[in-house]
Amino acid sequence: MKPVKEKPTDQVAWEQVAEYLRKTLDQDELTHCMRCGFCLPACPTYRETGLEQASPRGRIALMKAVADGIIEPDTAFADQMNLCLGCRACETACPAGVQYGRVLEQARAGIALREPSSRIVRGLRKLFFEHLFPHQHRLRMLGWGLALYRRSGLRWLVRRSGLMRLFPEHLREMEAVMPSASFKGVRERLGGILRPEGAPRGRVGLFRGCIMDVLFTETNCNTARLLVKAGYEVVIPDKQRCCGALHAHAGEEEAAKRLARDNIVAFRDAKVDWIVSNAGGCGAMLVEYVHHFQGDVLMEEDARWFSERVRDISQLVADGIDDLPLKRLEHRVTYQDSCHLRNGMRVTEPRDILRRMPGMTYVELFESDRCCGSAGIYNLTHPEMSKQILDEKMIHVKNTQADILVTSNPGCLLQMKWGIRRAGLEHRMRAVHLADLLMEAVE
Amino acid sequence: MLSTEVKRELQAVVGPDDVRDDTETRLAYSYDATPMYQAMPDGVVFPESTEEVQAIMKIASRYRIPIVGRGSGSNLSAGTVPVEGGLVMVMTKMNRLIEIDQENLTATFQPGLITKQLHEAVERIGLFYPPDPGSMHVSTLGGNIAECAGGLRGLKYGTTKDYVIGLEAVLPSGDILRTGGKLTKDVAGYDLTKLLVGSEGTLAIITEATVKLLPLPEDRRVMVAHFSDLYAAARTVSQIIAERIIPCTLEFLDQGTIRVIEDYAKIGLPADMAAILLIEQDGPTSVVERDIERIAEICRQAKAAHVQVAQSREEEAQLMSARRSALSALARLRPTTILEDATVPRAAIAPMVEQINRIKEKYGLQICTFGHAGDGNLHPTCMTDARDREEIERVEKAFEEIFDAAIRLGGTITGEHGVGLAKAPFLEWKVGKSGIEVMKGIKKAFDPDGLLNPGKMFAKETRRRVVIM
Ligand SMILES: Cc1cc2nc3c(=O)[nH]c(=O)nc-3n(C[C@H](O)[C@H](O)[C@H](O)COP(=O)(O)OP(=O)(O)OC[C@H]3O[C@@H](n4cnc5c(N)ncnc54)[C@H](O)[C@@H]3O)c2cc1C
Ligand code: SF4
Ligand code: SF4
Repeated sequence: MKPVKEKPTDQVAWEQVAEYLRKTLDQDELTHCMRCGFCLPACPTYRETGLEQASPRGRIALMKAVADGIIEPDTAFADQMNLCLGCRACETACPAGVQYGRVLEQARAGIALREPSSRIVRGLRKLFFEHLFPHQHRLRMLGWGLALYRRSGLRWLVRRSGLMRLFPEHLREMEAVMPSASFKGVRERLGGILRPEGAPRGRVGLFRGCIMDVLFTETNCNTARLLVKAGYEVVIPDKQRCCGALHAHAGEEEAAKRLARDNIVAFRDAKVDWIVSNAGGCGAMLVEYVHHFQGDVLMEEDARWFSERVRDISQLVADGIDDLPLKRLEHRVTYQDSCHLRNGMRVTEPRDILRRMPGMTYVELFESDRCCGSAGIYNLTHPEMSKQILDEKMIHVKNTQADILVTSNPGCLLQMKWGIRRAGLEHRMRAVHLADLLMEAVE
Repeated sequence: MLSTEVKRELQAVVGPDDVRDDTETRLAYSYDATPMYQAMPDGVVFPESTEEVQAIMKIASRYRIPIVGRGSGSNLSAGTVPVEGGLVMVMTKMNRLIEIDQENLTATFQPGLITKQLHEAVERIGLFYPPDPGSMHVSTLGGNIAECAGGLRGLKYGTTKDYVIGLEAVLPSGDILRTGGKLTKDVAGYDLTKLLVGSEGTLAIITEATVKLLPLPEDRRVMVAHFSDLYAAARTVSQIIAERIIPCTLEFLDQGTIRVIEDYAKIGLPADMAAILLIEQDGPTSVVERDIERIAEICRQAKAAHVQVAQSREEEAQLMSARRSALSALARLRPTTILEDATVPRAAIAPMVEQINRIKEKYGLQICTFGHAGDGNLHPTCMTDARDREEIERVEKAFEEIFDAAIRLGGTITGEHGVGLAKAPFLEWKVGKSGIEVMKGIKKAFDPDGLLNPGKMFAKETRRRVVIM
């Protein structure tokens, strides 16, 4: 495949998108789909709509038709690509091993040339992708603002004054479950290097994430503390940035690569044995850095070094869980997979850990491998579909009768909190991140 | 695209969301699981009841619009590709399991129900619906009935036609045809139920079906045998049956398939073996134990290089994983996978595999063979690249010769996937001129204007039989 350099910006005609897609879509990958349909039952958007074009097989056929020049891309094509959650459950189901996630990103990169259709989506994307995620300090300012807003009674005022009514219903509901953001991140709280306790197992670089470190600082701190307890030396390089996953999934490939490059350099300089992430969405992106720099002589080697070292927190903890001083916690727990952790990183350890935690009764959640509808900022861009998927999920969650619902990704965690609230289950159960639950159990 | 009148009339029947003729929808219903076939319909419609199907049929007949029924589009004969345009009628919204009758041991459902879902529902109460096509997670029962789908348990339990006992179907005129019922015995006139099973959407649209159920077998066990000699493996298949043992599954993998699976899955298969037989028996525990022991003994006497009886469910899953990874492993090899369906009497398996190997050498192609040895249903599978025209021509010639070889050995051009578009040019080889004439007469009686799935089953031109050597 030839690299396409000139990336047109602004309002581009659909013909140009078509031309760009014809050059960039991976034809081999698309041809590899043998249209068996085995991916259909795995796909949440197919299940909700019953439409072939909202299935993986259908989306691949649409992309192939564009690549072959049978159809021209248009708004309907873009809508279909955007309706996809990017959960990649289809990849796990596919006997032919079609790398759906990669071609989807390629298609979205083409569509992104022309800007997404709705103004809300456009605005949200610009705000998040350009102005917030890449800038740790801005996120922190925002976090600080939010914290102030909460503490100062401003929140009360806003709610009372009915200002919230100006926002769509789902945003209002989400606001209610948002954790208080903090001004200080994990590095500010714990320092840049943490010494291990007990026999040393190696040196781990903590990937703190962008949203994770602002909204879930406590989870980041717990992740670091857990690793220390498990015998790892923890380094938190300051120069690291957002992982770029949301950019890549939305088709902002160049931006994603810039962020990736900075991260690779930051962790290489820190000379770590592992790079640990506690967010499925970030982790899956980090292990795929190597694909993003394929054929790039300057970066390929470093990217491989980086990707090979990426581990989810559960993987590092699972190895040493028997050495961790865990007290008995008598709970009924269930687990919702993070799609990217499961389908992207192929991580299976969280269940093992929950089963092995003293006192815990583990119940499997029906269809726990199915996307919860959070999917990056999907719940903001496609609230209706997201809610539909979430409400169905909550029926199964309720059936587990668990009092703790565990997840391994901030997006899913927020979505689950929102779901618990929507289903009126707040008094019966809570949603927590695996790292937080483990820390609760550490004596 | 549909004309405005037609669209308006259809919308009045099914509502605005269930008629679509935008480019994305039309493209998404232009193909099925058959490689290399694609054609755009004019529109797509999603009925939710028999009455809606009737009304759609009446509109289509009035405007002479072709109608192509469709389940999940997992068929391998291009049976749902709308070669003459028209309306694709997607049955997946009619997916209710209407009743499980525990006194008569029957189940009644709408055609869009997914095969696997029926299995789960009946097995939960200790009953059993045997037809289990490899695609059962995705295929619909309507599609199974229209194709007379088989599966791994065909040898002992038969195929879809052995279970369907009653149907409701809508004719192009919009009239309803009811056949059979909950009866085990029924000889009132021609057997229209059997006629509709395997009719590939060319006679009527099936809107409801009743199938008979069996008690769920009490137990099952799995074993595997490796052979360094193809003929010894084939003889073993015949020997097992000659000993009056009918296993529920008797699968065959040839050397090519074994090598590809091993390269891909690394599960410790012997790459030097000519064939592997995978055998499963079900029934009362004592019978299963006895049968499996005797089969193992027969394999040993036939000089099998290795015989292994699974001792636990995990070991079973391990043994079966070879069969299950077959398709995945083959599909990952090259961009296009053509899975064919030549079937011979089971005594002719070894000569048939040898013929396939000779033909693949002759045309310089990569063809591996696996399949349901017990019932002679082989799936020679070609790994190729649809974009390489020259190679595809060789593939087509090779498959023509394979079908010819199958017929010479007393076999057929398709054992379970159906004729559709892909095999239509070869149908006459199997059924002869008078066979085609009778079939065309039947087609006329059901569908005088030729609106149902046109272009399928009956080709404009029959392929001339190739002369081998
Ligand atoms: C990987 C793979 C493995 C497979 N394994 C097997 C196997 O082991 N055994 C086997 O037999 N097949 C197998 N198949 C083929 C296929 O799955 C079957 O033919 C299946 O029955 C098709 O069901 P469907 O719902 O997808 O039907 P479709 O493909 O949508 O339609 C099949 C035919 O039925 C007609 N039709 C569908 N619904 C109706 C209706 N309600 N009324 C009238 N006509 C209708 C269509 O017009 C078409 O001609 C396999 C396919 C794949 C891709
Ligand atoms: S499972 Fe894979 S090969 Fe089959 S239709 Fe889906 S993407 Fe294509
Ligand atoms: S990524 Fe998820 S939503 Fe998108 S096609 Fe695959 S299964 Fe469906």
